Amino acid sequence: MPNWKPWTREELAVRVARDIPEGWSVNLGIGISTLIGNYIPPGREVILHSENGIVGMGPAPSPEKLNPWLVNASRQHVTLVTGASYMNHADSFGMVRGGHLDLCVLGGFQVAENGDLANWSRSENDRAPAIGGAMDLAVGAKRIWVVMEHTTKGGEKRILKRCTYPLTAKNCVKRVYTDLAVIDVTEGGFVVIDKIPGISLDQLEELGDAGLRSETGVAGRDGLR
Amino acid sequence: MIDKFVRSVAEAMAGIEDSSTVLVSGFAQIGEPRALVDGLIEQGARDLIVVHNTAGRGREGVARLIGEGRVRKIICSFARSRGSVLFEEIYARGDIELEIVPQGTLAERIRAGGAGIPAFFTPTGGGTLLARGKETRVIDGRECVLEQAIRGDVALVEAWRADRWGNLVYRDAGRNFNPVVAAAGDLTIVQTQNVAELGELTPEVIVTPGIYVDRVVHVPSGDPPVVIS
Repeated sequence: MPNWKPWTREELAVRVARDIPEGWSVNLGIGISTLIGNYIPPGREVILHSENGIVGMGPAPSPEKLNPWLVNASRQHVTLVTGASYMNHADSFGMVRGGHLDLCVLGGFQVAENGDLANWSRSENDRAPAIGGAMDLAVGAKRIWVVMEHTTKGGEKRILKRCTYPLTAKNCVKRVYTDLAVIDVTEGGFVVIDKIPGISLDQLEELGDAGLRSETGVAGRDGLR
Repeated sequence: MIDKFVRSVAEAMAGIEDSSTVLVSGFAQIGEPRALVDGLIEQGARDLIVVHNTAGRGREGVARLIGEGRVRKIICSFARSRGSVLFEEIYARGDIELEIVPQGTLAERIRAGGAGIPAFFTPTGGGTLLARGKETRVIDGRECVLEQAIRGDVALVEAWRADRWGNLVYRDAGRNFNPVVAAAGDLTIVQTQNVAELGELTPEVIVTPGIYVDRVVHVPSGDPPVVIS
């Protein structure tokens, strides 16, 4: 048995939230990504965007404050912060596609060392897949961070030389947060900038299918720790 | 005097022909013109091409229209989502054509349709399965896909308030696809929760100018369902 304890979904969300600087405009995808909004440190102004035309999203409402007309792109009821605004769907995606968001955090099936992302379909033969806004976000935001488990529940590798699933977008991922490590995607491949206690770089590498370098404690491509 | 109000949903849906392309707004059941979709089911037009963000949920609305075999083709970003049972049954039988479009590209194609832009290049989808069969071009070093505008013979919209000119405002996240859908229809039909006197909606707050709108029907259907997740 490994002598390490993976980060929980909540710990992962806290870790990502900690790394988002004040002033950034951010879109949070579904799954673990959605949790991140709950863990932005109090007092840090980060502007959350939702594809369905909201800038300035706040946390989930208390039952008495619930507004049936206000949901996020994951169809969860949300609130607005002071300063929020609405847009139509084309303007909202224009904001994404025009490169106006500092960050989008997406879930992933696979990430490759060249920054390719696969997160929408597990097979070319999937006859009725759901793409939603993932391709627009992956191509449009200034930087893409991916949050996912390091391997699948069945142990399949997801940190790869090349993606085997259909791509969402090429060369878009800047950083991957897994339950085991934080890995920057650089011109020179994957660089581990943080990892859970007790796991070695070799052990981490064995859980993927791509070379890893370690620069623990060194600022990543975004200039962030 | 311009007065775009009609007295009933049936009157609003009159004359929609078979084989029409119908744009249906709404996102997560908010800002979705459900009474008009039900009216279209009653009205009877067949062999439709429907453009909507999803292939419908459960057995109501767009899902029911599909379930009744009235839709030849659905253009959407989510074909499979929680509760898309009717679509999946019919799709498995091969009785409906599906075009999957990235959500931003879908919104932009509809916007382009309303704005007289016949097609546009976008990097969204470049180098992916969804670029197959489409013209591509490298622009500023990025692989871009040529996407065609979408225009509707009919556009179905839900507004929060409307006046007799067809000027519209929306409520909260109920805006979503509505303004672009309203602009992209040859026949734009609106159901509105509330009726405003002309002049009550001030110029600064009007989101959709009435020029885009052909018919308005007052349907005070109330709040959308609360989502329990």
